[in-house]
Amino acid sequence: MNRGSEDLFSTDRVLLAHGSGGQLSHELVTSLFVKAFHNPILDRLDDMAVLEVGEKRWAFTTDSYVVTPIFFPGGDIGRLAVCGTVNDLSMSGANPLFLSAGFIVEEGFPIPSLEKIAASMQRAAEEAGVKIVTGDTKVVNRGGADQIFINTAGIGLIPEGVNISGGYARAGDRILLSGSIGDHGIAILSSREGLQFSTSIESDCAPLNGLVAAMVERSAEIHCLRDPTRGGLSSTLNELARQSGVGIWIEEDRIPIKEEVRGACELLGFDPLILANEGKLVAIVAPGAAGGILQRMRTHPYGRDAALIGEVREEPRGKVVMRTSIGTTRIVDLLVGEPLPRIC
Amino acid sequence: MKFIDEYRDKDKIRTVLEEIHRRADEPLTLMEVCGTHTVSIARYGLRKVLPETIRLISGPGCPVCVTSNGDIDRAISMARIPGAAVATFGDMIRVPGSASTLALERANGQDVRVVYSPLDALKIAEENPGIKIIFDGVGFETTAPTVAATALEARTRGLKNFFIFSAHKTVPLALKALLSLGEVKLDGFLLPGHVSAIIGSHPYEFLAEEFGMACVISGFEPLDILQSILMLVRQAKSRRPKVEIQYRRGVDPGGNPKALEVMARAFEPADVEWRGIGQIPGTGLVLRDEFAELDASRVFNLPVPPAKEARGCRCGEVLRGVIRPEECALFAGLCTPQTPVGPCMVSFEGSCAAAYKYGS
Amino acid sequence: MCVAIPARIKSIEGSLADVEVGGVLRKISVQLTPEARKDDYVLVHAGFAIHIIDEQEARETLKVFEELGALEDEREGFKDSRGQGFE
Repeated sequence: MNRGSEDLFSTDRVLLAHGSGGQLSHELVTSLFVKAFHNPILDRLDDMAVLEVGEKRWAFTTDSYVVTPIFFPGGDIGRLAVCGTVNDLSMSGANPLFLSAGFIVEEGFPIPSLEKIAASMQRAAEEAGVKIVTGDTKVVNRGGADQIFINTAGIGLIPEGVNISGGYARAGDRILLSGSIGDHGIAILSSREGLQFSTSIESDCAPLNGLVAAMVERSAEIHCLRDPTRGGLSSTLNELARQSGVGIWIEEDRIPIKEEVRGACELLGFDPLILANEGKLVAIVAPGAAGGILQRMRTHPYGRDAALIGEVREEPRGKVVMRTSIGTTRIVDLLVGEPLPRIC
Repeated sequence: MKFIDEYRDKDKIRTVLEEIHRRADEPLTLMEVCGTHTVSIARYGLRKVLPETIRLISGPGCPVCVTSNGDIDRAISMARIPGAAVATFGDMIRVPGSASTLALERANGQDVRVVYSPLDALKIAEENPGIKIIFDGVGFETTAPTVAATALEARTRGLKNFFIFSAHKTVPLALKALLSLGEVKLDGFLLPGHVSAIIGSHPYEFLAEEFGMACVISGFEPLDILQSILMLVRQAKSRRPKVEIQYRRGVDPGGNPKALEVMARAFEPADVEWRGIGQIPGTGLVLRDEFAELDASRVFNLPVPPAKEARGCRCGEVLRGVIRPEECALFAGLCTPQTPVGPCMVSFEGSCAAAYKYGS
Repeated sequence: MCVAIPARIKSIEGSLADVEVGGVLRKISVQLTPEARKDDYVLVHAGFAIHIIDEQEARETLKVFEELGALEDEREGFKDSRGQGFE
């Protein structure tokens, strides 16, 4: 008796892989949640919702943070929770204004740790110029949550004349990346069980609204903005290619990667393109504006290593192609499952 | 990075490619038998820049892909033992057995942990004396000595909660069996550089002497692979097949004697099944009797129902080099990296996964 | 089937060594390469050093390409090898 693949994978269970930001995540969101809630605003599948209230356009978004370890080199779950939502708002060109913070805390979680996290959130909020104005706290039984989960929702105002969406990329546009990739992913992995390696790499977790404001001020020709978090640069570029119905072409040599990140990836068999980033953004801009925007980015602390990494073409529609460091080309596919260290 | 970047140099690569194009005037079919070569070739798009006269096919070089359904089912049944955890290399976790995968088992609440090194699994055993840690040993001669060394270490430390489930296999005899099937007409082999770091070059000599195959032991960077192909082209033209080492910085003709010794101390050869090929005598590695107390297959003797192969799966033919991934009806349709039917698609270095992921 | 990476030994203590790849450090076992010494480059697989890299051989391998390249230049005149950019 034989089995088909449907038997194995039409699972009625949620898998860890559904949360890692790659293909499975995308499918869970589109075929389950968007299907259930569908409306024109949600269907756009941007990182946040753009709401027209009277004359103004508000951006509204939410995200939950479940990272372990909760304290990692360069940051913690609190900083991540603030920066993540601030950044989601910024990716629509919005000025983030207010955040909510919901906490689900496991019984027994040390209060000093909670204080550290709260202080870190406040610092991040101050840096971003946002206020945490409302929130909620729940405590669950031991085992009901992995130490602490944080949800933040945020609202911001989109200035007039700013029109940024994942669907606006067009052939000829240039693709800019604000800095090195893989830092956050490696910082997290370096503290996980079973992989122990030591590195001075720290998470790049940072609020990007200042950088975005500087870019938007410089030019009205920014078509798309997105931060490559879970699933990494590969996921983000694939999403943009799909949303805009264009082909994205990038050059491996132009993608900034820190030496240590490269070393860790080689050692453990990771692909740096699928590692998470928490303080970087991808911008797709009109060709004439690219040079000026790039220069502007480089004057900002979070854009010092900004680079022009590629361009948009008509084909192959919905796909990402990379010219490798040796001059050949290959497809950059979406991550399937969680990033795993390999020996083979 | 030293010893890596120099072998990705664009100019040198262009030089070698031009020389290959100049020399390869007769058709050649070359087989690579190492999953890491499969990935490197796909990742750098090398097939597209080689001359049309050279046909590069993938063989059974992915130890994950050739692990039998039965072995995966056994590993899964061990994950289901209460009070036990399976520690595994990341490569194995999504490979389908007859009805499940280690990843699915973990989703269902079983204790499955991904490690980078068998020593990490040993450490987990030491830190968790109340849990039986069963290490799922997969890999060829590159990996087997590391697992053997770990077995010896477990013995030295007197650990009572560490076990090894060996699905290890060896390469040279498998190549002999493959050639004896006579299914594909080959001119030469791109041989695995890191397996050879352990076993050296002598075990492959029969390929040249008995079967007339041109053989080059190759490194894994694009320059290594291209230089090896150039060497194969030259060998084939000279009509004097032999075993050459391109990867001289990584391979001594005598291999690594210490590693071979450690491997032989813990393991002995056995007749095992290669998925897609069938039984190949003497190509498995099982723990010797002295290590019976570490041997998961002896300690946890669990009956598993006969393995079931997936409907329509042609992994076997892909593994033997008979068809290319694209020729399988399920490729990129029912069988994708997300919903893999067979191991060639789910394994990161499976031919089908590489073909799908890196595109044509 | 084997991801093994060249790494430099920074220090050895007994059968364990601290190795470095591009600035990243990891502890590995040198049980399988007992002759390994500080500052050697080794191939690391699954947390073990499996081979001490022969730097001389590494240089020889690269020299072959340079010689091949020189031959090319003579044969066809120097070629400008710039790829396409995105400027």
